[in-house]
Amino acid sequence: MERSKRQKQRKVLLMGRSGAGKSSMRSIIFSNYVAKDVRRLGATVDVEHSNIRFMGNLMLNLWDCGGQDSFVESYLSNQRSHVFTSVAVMIFVFDISSREAAADMLSFASTIRALYEFSPSSKIFVLIHKMDLVPADQKARVFQQKAIDVRTTCEDEGFQSQQVDFWATSIWDQSLYKAWTQVIYFLVPNASAIEDMLRRLANLLDARELILYERTTCLVVTHITRDAEQRNPYNDRFERISSILKTHKHSMAKHTGTMASEVSFAELQIKTGDFMFFITRLTENTNLAVVMPSDEASFNAARVNVQLARREFSHLDIVEKKGKDAQRQ
Amino acid sequence: TGRLPNGRHAGSKPRLMLMGQKRSGKSSISSVVFHKMPPSETLYLETTTAIQSRSLHSFMDFQVAELPGHLDYFNPEFDQASIFGDIGALIWVIDAQDEYLDAINQLNSTIIYLSTTYPAINIEIFVHKVDGLSEDYKNDTFRDIIQRVQDELSDAGYENPPVSFYQTSIYNHTIFEAISKVIQKLIPQLPALESLLNSLCSSCRIEKAFLFDIPSKIYVATDTSPTDTSSYEVCSDYIDVIVDLEEIYGWDRSVENGYPMEERDETGNGDSESLVTMEKKGHNYLYLKEINRYLALICLMGEDSPAEKKVLIDYNVGVFQEAIEKIFPRNDR
Ligand SMILES: Nc1nc2c(ncn2[C@@H]2O[C@H](COP(=O)(O)OP(=O)(O)OP(=O)(O)O)[C@@H](O)[C@H]2O)c(=O)[nH]1
Ligand SMILES: Nc1nc2c(ncn2[C@@H]2O[C@H](COP(=O)(O)OP(=O)(O)O)[C@@H](O)[C@H]2O)c(=O)[nH]1
Ligand SMILES: [Mg+2]
Repeated sequence: MERSKRQKQRKVLLMGRSGAGKSSMRSIIFSNYVAKDVRRLGATVDVEHSNIRFMGNLMLNLWDCGGQDSFVESYLSNQRSHVFTSVAVMIFVFDISSREAAADMLSFASTIRALYEFSPSSKIFVLIHKMDLVPADQKARVFQQKAIDVRTTCEDEGFQSQQVDFWATSIWDQSLYKAWTQVIYFLVPNASAIEDMLRRLANLLDARELILYERTTCLVVTHITRDAEQRNPYNDRFERISSILKTHKHSMAKHTGTMASEVSFAELQIKTGDFMFFITRLTENTNLAVVMPSDEASFNAARVNVQLARREFSHLDIVEKKGKDAQRQ
Repeated sequence: TGRLPNGRHAGSKPRLMLMGQKRSGKSSISSVVFHKMPPSETLYLETTTAIQSRSLHSFMDFQVAELPGHLDYFNPEFDQASIFGDIGALIWVIDAQDEYLDAINQLNSTIIYLSTTYPAINIEIFVHKVDGLSEDYKNDTFRDIIQRVQDELSDAGYENPPVSFYQTSIYNHTIFEAISKVIQKLIPQLPALESLLNSLCSSCRIEKAFLFDIPSKIYVATDTSPTDTSSYEVCSDYIDVIVDLEEIYGWDRSVENGYPMEERDETGNGDSESLVTMEKKGHNYLYLKEINRYLALICLMGEDSPAEKKVLIDYNVGVFQEAIEKIFPRNDR
């Protein structure tokens, strides 16, 4: 009871027309599906709720809203206040390969009209999805054009431009992780406090980079990059590692004959002549990846220090509240 | 047993020849296995119309050639010696999702021809595209194809031709496993490698050890304990983890606006070591050690704590590494 009081419930609506790919992405991020498994999913009937505990005190309350027209009509009429009240984030998914672009946009407009009515300060993440179906040389243009159209609609309905973010996604690459990482970062109530502590830890270890991952989803919570590592040419490395970790988890699960949700490594380490890397549990819900220079002694010291830092972080995971939360409202 | 390929260039470059009817999947196999093409992109491959041959630079250089389905290679104008003269293995691809009777007739005449003219060629039959088939149907088809080939050959008086069968698909690990087995037969050093791996396993209590070719994820050898697909899969997947992380953090720090190191392409610099331990008791843990630029040793370990026997492992792997350098002296370090 005490615990649940401190938990921060955040309501997230996942909407978009039927077949847009909502349940596909939810299953991959939260239910350990791999991209080729999503063909097994049927159309969502009404709303499917899932509660996902994140970083100790964030409870993500995800509403996957089936997108067939009859359901949407009911969200907009008799269920209107029930669905659109106290929404923190709405994720709206557009299928870029849809043949009904005009109808998609109309449906979007009436949806955000309802959202503005009940949760005018909510944040909207627009995911322009199935980008794998667009030829490589047209991706940027197609995405830009769609984003401009959608932004216009948002502004017409009263949303400020900083309330709306756009992401190009596909279940077939790490772009999905990139978009969802932004959503999570927006929702984690104590992100700046976590960052402060991580920065101190990074200085203590003299690490090149620290990355904090949520354990079940493998989404990045935040990262600290120091010194030369800031020139790392792979800007998409955080979500690439998410995807690598997730794939590894599936592979280990298949090998041990268990569910992907049940396998987790105690530690994964790599030592090369250029860098040393390890990833291990930091708190109940997080893994910490540490990138160090190639030096055996400081690598071993870093492993010990991360062990020691666990207690301090687990503290933060549970009791951190009020002050910081208020800032992010 | 590593039989030496016969023919003019014997011993220099093991050569694989992919044959089979049009659209059976030859180009897909060679693109996915040797050029890292994602399986879904093979839908856009053009039909092979001319003999294509590619050289691969890996732990040992080998060649992969494709013979288009419609060529009449028994036509006297065809330079058979230059085609079959120096191949080590012929991979015949049969599309299991299609009518295969014609393919089998062609295959049988090829086998009969080759086993008289070039008896040292291994004939490897890939019953391919089995991903689309139900488990029962798949096994029936496989048995049916084996039966038809063997019956016809024995009718023609060939009792034990050098023929092996595999079920394969580019959408999973089966194609990599099958190609691994085909290539292993062409490596004369195989028995030596196996005995090295065996002794490594017993001295460090390793459950299963594979020697992988990193770029292709083909395994060159494994210890002689029974091999199951699951062990191969988990080790092969683990290579991706290491190669990807090495790419991400192995960028060249000496240059402004760092660039990935060029000369090592995706294979690391040949001295990486990696270990994964699991939280749950009873789950294997994984150990990887790059032996040189191309080869990596990957081991599945038992339950006992890795920390305690790390010294033992380091020592024995060091010995193993030296022995490998003697077996494959050419080595781009
Ligand atoms: N090419 C491609 N197909 C995708 C992608 N994401 C999802 N799909 C396909 O889109 C189809 C519909 O996906 P769902 O996730 O069930 O759609 P939904 O939005 O939940 O639909 P409703 O539940 O009816 O609202 C499935 O066949 C997926 O395989 C993607 O990124 N690329
Ligand atoms: N389902 C399935 N399709 C495959 C497989 N391998 C190849 N294909 C498909 O078969 C078609 C023909 O393949 P291709 O390699 O061009 O055949 P080739 O003419 O023998 O070189 C392509 O559309 C491939 O995508 C497989 O393992 N499973
Ligand atoms: Mg759905």
